[in-house]
Amino acid sequence: MPDLLIELFSEEIPARMQARAREDLKKIVTDGLVAAGLTYAGAHALSTPRRLTLAVEGLTAQSRAVREERKGPAVGAPEAAVQGFLRSTGLTLDQLEKRDDKKGQVYFAVIEKPGRKAPEIIAEVLEGTIRGFPWPKSMRWGAGTLRWVRPLHSILCTLSDEAGSEVVPLDVDGIVAGSTTRGHRFLAPAEFSVSSFEDYAAKLKRAKVMLDPEERAEHIWHDATNAAFAAGLEVVEDRGLLAEVAGLVEWPVVLMGKIGEDFLGLPPEVLQTSMREHQKFFSARSPKTGRIEAFVTVANTETADHGATILKGNQKVLSARLSDAKFFWENDLRTVAQEGMEGMAAGLANVTFHNKLGSQADRIARIEALAREIAPLVGASPDLAAEAARVAKADLQSAMVGEFPELQGTMGVYYAKAAGLPEAVANACKAHYQPLGPSDDVPTEPVSVAVALADKIDTLTGFWAIDEKPTGSKDPFALRRAALGVIRLVLGNRARINLLGLFDTGIMEHYRELSREWADPEWQADIDAMKRVGAKSLDEFYDLQRVLKEKHTTQAQRDAERQRVMDRLAEIDLASVVDDDDLLLAFFHDRLKVHLKDEGIRHDVIDACLAMPGNDDLTLLVKRAEALSAFLKTDDGGNLIQGFKRANNILTQAEEKDGVEYSYGADPKFAEDASERTLFAALDAAEAAIGPAMAAEDFGAAMAAMAQLRAPIDTFFEAVQVNTDNEIVRRNRLNLLSRIRTICLSVADLTKLEG
Amino acid sequence: MTPTQPRSFQEIILRLQSYWASKGCAVLQPYDMEVGAGTFHPATTLRALGTRAWAAAYVQPSRRPTDGRYGENPNRLQHYYQYQVLIKPSPPDLQDLYLGSLAAIGIDASVHDIRFVEDDWESPTLGAWGLGWEVWCDGMEVSQFTYFQQVGGHDCHPVSGELTYGLERLAMYVLGADHVMDMPFNDPDAPIALTYGDVFRQTEQEYSRWNFDQADTGMLLKHFEDAEAECERILAAPAEDKAGRKIVMAHPAYDQCIKASHLFNLLDARGVISVTERQAYIGRVRALAKKCADAFVTTEAGGAAA
Repeated sequence: MPDLLIELFSEEIPARMQARAREDLKKIVTDGLVAAGLTYAGAHALSTPRRLTLAVEGLTAQSRAVREERKGPAVGAPEAAVQGFLRSTGLTLDQLEKRDDKKGQVYFAVIEKPGRKAPEIIAEVLEGTIRGFPWPKSMRWGAGTLRWVRPLHSILCTLSDEAGSEVVPLDVDGIVAGSTTRGHRFLAPAEFSVSSFEDYAAKLKRAKVMLDPEERAEHIWHDATNAAFAAGLEVVEDRGLLAEVAGLVEWPVVLMGKIGEDFLGLPPEVLQTSMREHQKFFSARSPKTGRIEAFVTVANTETADHGATILKGNQKVLSARLSDAKFFWENDLRTVAQEGMEGMAAGLANVTFHNKLGSQADRIARIEALAREIAPLVGASPDLAAEAARVAKADLQSAMVGEFPELQGTMGVYYAKAAGLPEAVANACKAHYQPLGPSDDVPTEPVSVAVALADKIDTLTGFWAIDEKPTGSKDPFALRRAALGVIRLVLGNRARINLLGLFDTGIMEHYRELSREWADPEWQADIDAMKRVGAKSLDEFYDLQRVLKEKHTTQAQRDAERQRVMDRLAEIDLASVVDDDDLLLAFFHDRLKVHLKDEGIRHDVIDACLAMPGNDDLTLLVKRAEALSAFLKTDDGGNLIQGFKRANNILTQAEEKDGVEYSYGADPKFAEDASERTLFAALDAAEAAIGPAMAAEDFGAAMAAMAQLRAPIDTFFEAVQVNTDNEIVRRNRLNLLSRIRTICLSVADLTKLEG
Repeated sequence: MTPTQPRSFQEIILRLQSYWASKGCAVLQPYDMEVGAGTFHPATTLRALGTRAWAAAYVQPSRRPTDGRYGENPNRLQHYYQYQVLIKPSPPDLQDLYLGSLAAIGIDASVHDIRFVEDDWESPTLGAWGLGWEVWCDGMEVSQFTYFQQVGGHDCHPVSGELTYGLERLAMYVLGADHVMDMPFNDPDAPIALTYGDVFRQTEQEYSRWNFDQADTGMLLKHFEDAEAECERILAAPAEDKAGRKIVMAHPAYDQCIKASHLFNLLDARGVISVTERQAYIGRVRALAKKCADAFVTTEAGGAAA
């Protein structure tokens, strides 16, 4: 069983593409080999910046011969049928066999496909793989038309077994496959030939190439943590960076250096981000103070001076970068000191949020109004919440966030504190974006909660109003995440909020913002002034002409502006937010079901609670669902539901038959049986207990009281027949059942429960 | 044999010139117009189009008004130099040729860490893009290395390899200068030794003030519109002149496109262009660049049959 070795040697492959490319190479080649009738024992793909390698072990030396028999038309069938069969099989008439069948003789085609040798198949599969490789971005080079991620220089493709190794003959646009490769670009550039994968990997290592990306990553992490430990520091873990750096080097050499004193005062997030984004450095911090004091860089080469020159160069570049960061930091602090956070935010009026939803400043004004309304519901001061909303996005205009967008929010906290704003307001700068994902924390500070909710509800109502709802897998504005964020904020803080009211406010804010833009008192004054102008002389005539011309221009501009505002108003479709079909609330309920399912609450339990009033109060909804879920797990609960269903079925059928609603007037004096009287008493007791419990939103107590009905209901059904011949007794019993239904449905819509 | 280390800014330029001359490039002179980068030189933008082979190297003074720092920032300038190499079709050993140029200016790969880090290049104003890398030397970006895929909206066939060196930054690194203004411009032992600051500090101050505070925005706006109109007029002119000669005026039109681009940069530095307008202006310049490219490929130099 021979082993196959493939190496595609090119100019530097982007680090971020290597992992995917390894998987694709392995899958496409092995799938191709299997489809062509070969089998193999195992395959693994490796990469360095300059090569993609695939090793396939235990490949069959040739594909099996395939014999296929196909039944054709009967002998003597119309000519067209016979010809069609010949075309589809690629045979001639004399090659067909005639065999006896039930109804006579029939043509049979026997197609023999001989086995093919592995090299022939490999060459075909590899060429197809190269030509159709799914790089996220590929290019042409020189005068050729071949595409690869960067210019492809050589192809190594060998089959080897105990007897030796042979090159698979292959030529892709003049690149002829061979058995040679090259080592490290600078440390071992000479070409050498290889016989097997083991030979290849060993020779590469001697030629200063560590082929396995995992090995490079481990090597880097090992040396980095050791170097940091020796200096009394620890490396800040960053898996993404580690994988990227491992994809940038063939021969990793770890070097550590100190960060200049001047820069140690920068926020640690700034140091870490600047070093990672620009230089791909790891950060090393002091375990005692948490301060980042050093950096770890990974070179791709060994030098006679043990990296001294390289480290010095890197240190110099870092100083320049951090000087920039320090400049941004000091500049931003100065802006905040002089103009405050709101001064910093001023430019947001010129930043478009979405062309149908206005600027960032418009959005902030809407969020402010919403936050003010939400604040009392979550125990925050409306004024503080409004202030936080005004400044929470100010850092988007800071020089630092301009340079490092991922520091949005983080910088806001620093700048707001520097501006002397209350702690709660400062913290909201970061927390109002949260939760960013299912695993992110939910803010708990009331001011942050208010602004976080306002931010998300503005986004949801806005995109709903302009009909940019998520469809299928498409959710470009992350609206599902925003809705889940609202759910987690509400539930996590046990906040009592009627979402429908907030949706209305959200939508109204969109209108209000537009009318603010539209209102222009000067405009009317200008028109009035124009009307008063009269021509008494030639000069005045010319003046008037000039004024009119100017006005005409202005008019055109304002008309355009008015039209723009009108267009935007037309885009906002309130109906799509409140219509039953498209209810934003229904979207929330769907998200909630997913969320609660993860917490072990059945979807029919949620449906039973959704049908109750106040279902836009998520905390209430969940409280009810949790109580019902727990109730159903008890013995009494399960049986009571059966009793309820029985009562409901009998009642519904009778109501349908009689065309009346039995909902009033059950009277104990018509009770014939003891079980009936017991049920009357039990219903009275349950009603007395459930009413106050529901008023207090104590669903547990209400359901416990309901559970007391189980025995009387069961006994009742055992002892009496509802539909008796005595019409008075029957009606009385139906009205009694109606009381069961009313009491049970006052807790949740139990008809929605399954089973 | 290790070559001696260069001692001045100009020596680095001279060594690059003789290196690329020795590799067969036509050493051209800077284009005589204000441009934002060496790519704008017609020797790159236009010559990357069409089928004719091409190899050129040149220094291009470049202006980025928004980068002005009154000569105070150690490595930011509103006027600086780029060294540009364009070879079409890109030769298979372009990376090695490039590394040879680093060796020629004293960057020895046996003591430095030289790496090719993904950086795809795109010029929205030129309607151009390519794939390649930024080249790092000890963590510092010293060059941009690009295989042009499209210019002016046209696919490049064959593909050009473009190398762009930021000369000041590269030279500061090689010469060990911490502030660009302190870098020796000519030989520090020359009778009249000049630093970069002796040559450019005052102009950086003057232009920074003009770019940021003084340039007449009304005039710039008008010039922008004039350049745009002239570019379109030139291209709309019939291909044949009065004497019946077929002369497509791709280069004069492209000059106007370059002008418009620089005027836009000046307006941007004056802070009079809003975020939304920015895109519109860039789109207008790109439309001109595309029309110029369309015109160039109908000319002889653009590979059309004569």
